[in-house]
Amino acid sequence: MATIDGALLDFKRLDQLAAGDTAVHRLDPRAKVLATLAFIVSVVSFGKYELSALIPFFIFPAVLIGLGDLPAGYILRKIALICPFAFVVGMFNPVFDRGALVHLGPLAISGGWISCASIVTRAALTVSAAVILVAVTGFPAICRAMERLGMPAAFAVQLVFLYRYIFVLTEEGGRASRARELRSFGKKGRGMTSYASLLGHLLLRTWMRAERIHMAMLARGFTGTFARDAARFGAAELFFLTSWCALFVTLRLHNGAELLGSLVTGLFR
Amino acid sequence: MSHHIVEVKHLRHSYPDGTAALRDVSFRITHGESVAVIGANGAGKSTLLLHLNGYLAPSAGEIRIGDFPLNKGTLPEIRRTVGMVFQDPDDQLFMPTVYDDVAFGPINLGLSGAELDRCVTGALERVGAGHLVKKAPYHLSGGEKKRVAIATVLSMSPDILVMDEPTNGLDPQARRQLIALLQDFHHTKIFTSHDLDMVLELCERTIILDGGEVRADGPTREIFQDQALLSRCRLEKPLSMQGCPVCGSGSAGSPP
Repeated sequence: MATIDGALLDFKRLDQLAAGDTAVHRLDPRAKVLATLAFIVSVVSFGKYELSALIPFFIFPAVLIGLGDLPAGYILRKIALICPFAFVVGMFNPVFDRGALVHLGPLAISGGWISCASIVTRAALTVSAAVILVAVTGFPAICRAMERLGMPAAFAVQLVFLYRYIFVLTEEGGRASRARELRSFGKKGRGMTSYASLLGHLLLRTWMRAERIHMAMLARGFTGTFARDAARFGAAELFFLTSWCALFVTLRLHNGAELLGSLVTGLFR
Repeated sequence: MSHHIVEVKHLRHSYPDGTAALRDVSFRITHGESVAVIGANGAGKSTLLLHLNGYLAPSAGEIRIGDFPLNKGTLPEIRRTVGMVFQDPDDQLFMPTVYDDVAFGPINLGLSGAELDRCVTGALERVGAGHLVKKAPYHLSGGEKKRVAIATVLSMSPDILVMDEPTNGLDPQARRQLIALLQDFHHTKIFTSHDLDMVLELCERTIILDGGEVRADGPTREIFQDQALLSRCRLEKPLSMQGCPVCGSGSAGSPP
């Protein structure tokens, strides 16, 4: 993990994980996409001071990591990479929102800190769900699933191509930027102007590559539509989707942490 | 077997900006021939290749592939007949996995199920890349990419193979393997290349393009002997035909 962009673009491992063969991997991608979507919507729909009710939602990523036989450490590192960005979004909340909201004995915690923590928690939850979705499904399969769920085919094709060529593009961009750096001798070079023309060149080169790819597609009889593979949305998918959705709705309407807490305290009373 | 014939008559092509890339190119390639189209940068090699499967339309002249003249109606059939392998495998491999990529052409030709599977595995086996079937194209090495790119075309069982700079960017071993692989194919083959040693090994016939015109067309060995012709067209003898730079022995015309 040398650089942030390097790590963010390190899809190689995710691809390898997606080639796994567990019960979760075998589910129809649509079920997984819909369940993840339901999860994300429930998580982000909470009020901004909500924190404790979010915690039970970690059961979704945890269970999927277990069932999908994913390396938890790797997924955690991916999430940790995003958390600083989420923190930046929330970091001024404690400054502007100083009204005490929670009292822990003599310690008063302001609403700002709570909402900041809430933002970071939500980011961790949603990002982990997305990363896990890719790791148990594979990006191209997700695109095909979204197409079957009604996303226009043009977008699906765009996404598949984006995923295929983002590697080529970043490599090209990286080479161009390195060439610029090597000739600017540690100074600023010609500053922004050189970047502007570098970006322009990248755009033109992408354009030409797109033309060549189109040529290669035509040469192999492309008629404008991609073939679809057979879909199978069976009982297992239905069970997976409905049970997760039922859980999310329950956890959204009732604070799971409080329920558990009162259950435990009720037992020992 | 007239299917495998490529005939180009008085072909001219000007790009929209007015550059005349091809001026009056004519040749006829018959069944089973292996032909190299060589020439300096900008001589019109790539433009010529793009005509052979109808990506560019001639400004004047005619192209016949097998029994068909190349036009809009015959284009699908001709694109199946002429398998085109592009210079940069990253342009050719655009699907998420090697399997999808090799299957792309056959699916467009209407294959499916077990037949498709057989076709894909067969094509990959032929280029010795059967073990790569589940990989993503961006995880492959340069030599592997090249092999898979060839498989994507073989899977459509073309009669004519057209390859732009096949050995470009390969390490010596991968280049050697690729040459051995291409020697085994009995298609009509058309290559462009700057790798003249490869041309010497693979092609019995060579066409030299220079400034959009055919300067020479004949047996490869004869053409490579003609020092004056080669240097006029900004080319030189293949290294294997030059003398040894260390001991000075070898064929005539060795460098000082």
